[in-house]
Amino acid sequence: MSMDLLEPREKRKPGGALQGLGVVDCDIHPQFATPGEILTFLPERWRDYVRTYGGFYRQPLADTLSHPRMAPDVARADSWPPGGAPPGGDLAFMQRQHLDANNVDHGMLMPLNRGPGNQRNLEYGAALATAVNDWQIACWVERDARLHASIVCTQEHPPFAIAEIERCAKDPRFSQIMLPPKSLEPLGRRRYWPIFEAAEAFDLPIALHVGGINGYPATGSGWPSYYIEEQHTNVQGMQGLITSMVVEGVFEQFPGLRIVLVEGGVAWAPPLKWRLDKHWKRLKSEAPHLKRLPSEYIHDHFWFTTQPLDEPPEDSDLLETFEQVGLDRIMFSTDYPHWDFDEPSFVAAKLRIGPEKLRAIMSGNARELYGLT
Amino acid sequence: MSKSRFVVARTSDVAPGTSLRVNAGGRDIALFNIAGAFFALGDRCPHESGSLCAGKIVGFAEADEPGKYRLVRDGEFVRCPWHGWEFDIRTGKSWCDPEKSRVRAYQTGVTSGSDLVEGPYVAETFKVSVEENYVVVEI
Repeated sequence: MSMDLLEPREKRKPGGALQGLGVVDCDIHPQFATPGEILTFLPERWRDYVRTYGGFYRQPLADTLSHPRMAPDVARADSWPPGGAPPGGDLAFMQRQHLDANNVDHGMLMPLNRGPGNQRNLEYGAALATAVNDWQIACWVERDARLHASIVCTQEHPPFAIAEIERCAKDPRFSQIMLPPKSLEPLGRRRYWPIFEAAEAFDLPIALHVGGINGYPATGSGWPSYYIEEQHTNVQGMQGLITSMVVEGVFEQFPGLRIVLVEGGVAWAPPLKWRLDKHWKRLKSEAPHLKRLPSEYIHDHFWFTTQPLDEPPEDSDLLETFEQVGLDRIMFSTDYPHWDFDEPSFVAAKLRIGPEKLRAIMSGNARELYGLT
Repeated sequence: MSKSRFVVARTSDVAPGTSLRVNAGGRDIALFNIAGAFFALGDRCPHESGSLCAGKIVGFAEADEPGKYRLVRDGEFVRCPWHGWEFDIRTGKSWCDPEKSRVRAYQTGVTSGSDLVEGPYVAETFKVSVEENYVVVEI
């Protein structure tokens, strides 16, 4: 008598402008089918190392999160595959529950697994980055061409990072470079410039997905008490990243660099532009390398993803805010299979815009940025 | 329009403390069993349309002040599997957004026996009765 929960329910409310539109999802999290799956992608030396010592971040308790999440594995309660893999760890299930069901034409993989960029043992971090990159291709992109891999690397040691970027960049199955937003120094600092140089040379966007390891306090005065507080620090974190990269002069040095902010939301961006512009007008003698208004660098170099969608009391306020950010700079994302997933029809219903602008946000902007068909 | 009655499940199909998705008259319905009593909600969260029968059945945590917490009405709420919006299984009332609750609650004309503050969203509710050993939903 029980119905398969993946069987489609009654017809959804009319899709309107979404009808027939294949979306681009800029944030999908793949997971290892089993904890040991990644070991098969590591050389024996590092398999042995992991078995003997394990990974080590800049934090106690490797592989833990700073706060208990809304749900086990940060996942939608209905995203646990019946075969026993964790959420995001079973491609067939992901296809049925998300890629097919939500008409996803292209999905950008955001592997958060094991954080190669934050491993303190740099050689292990580099081997792990290679393994995660190879795993994305073998277990995901090769099995479903809708999916696109992101190059993970060891940002704290640019020579290793660049070697990995060079190894992967010519493979079109990789669409971008992914760096953790929490790094030893603010990301605009010059120690990271060789990575930006490589990204620009290979014409690959850099994705910065919120979160990162908990060895870095989420606020200027430490770790907050509640998950709800920690969730909001994603906004401060994104504002700090933008400010660092703009003010350090990254975009004067690398005018072709494109940055994608993933899962940080959107609505906080206009006031950041206003304030930085105001400060720059009075303080520009301190940073004379900046030739333009901070807001201009931001518009030219940053792309924003929609999830978790800002939900003001009036839907019209959302559209107005998006227009201030720039409708050409906002790209749809779901965060599948995580608990704060956004469904395409929900985002379309909240935005209430004409079909052309909706098409840009749900699909067109990302196709253009990543050169997708 | 007169209401129709649909036989949707045997009572034994839904054990106490569990839920089941059924279909009645083309509508997907999440059927719940709380200690032998059956309740039905539209199987669609009013927020982003998550399937409520895939949600966890929970109690409601409340606090009069910081540091004083209690769990009440254990097993009488369903938590949407996506964003965790919680609904009273008996009435379909949401407890997610107390700020606006009174207005929306009065508009729907639903009275709650509970002294909890009611939320503004109402999942579609259906009257359920047990006849023989079948669950019947009235739409």
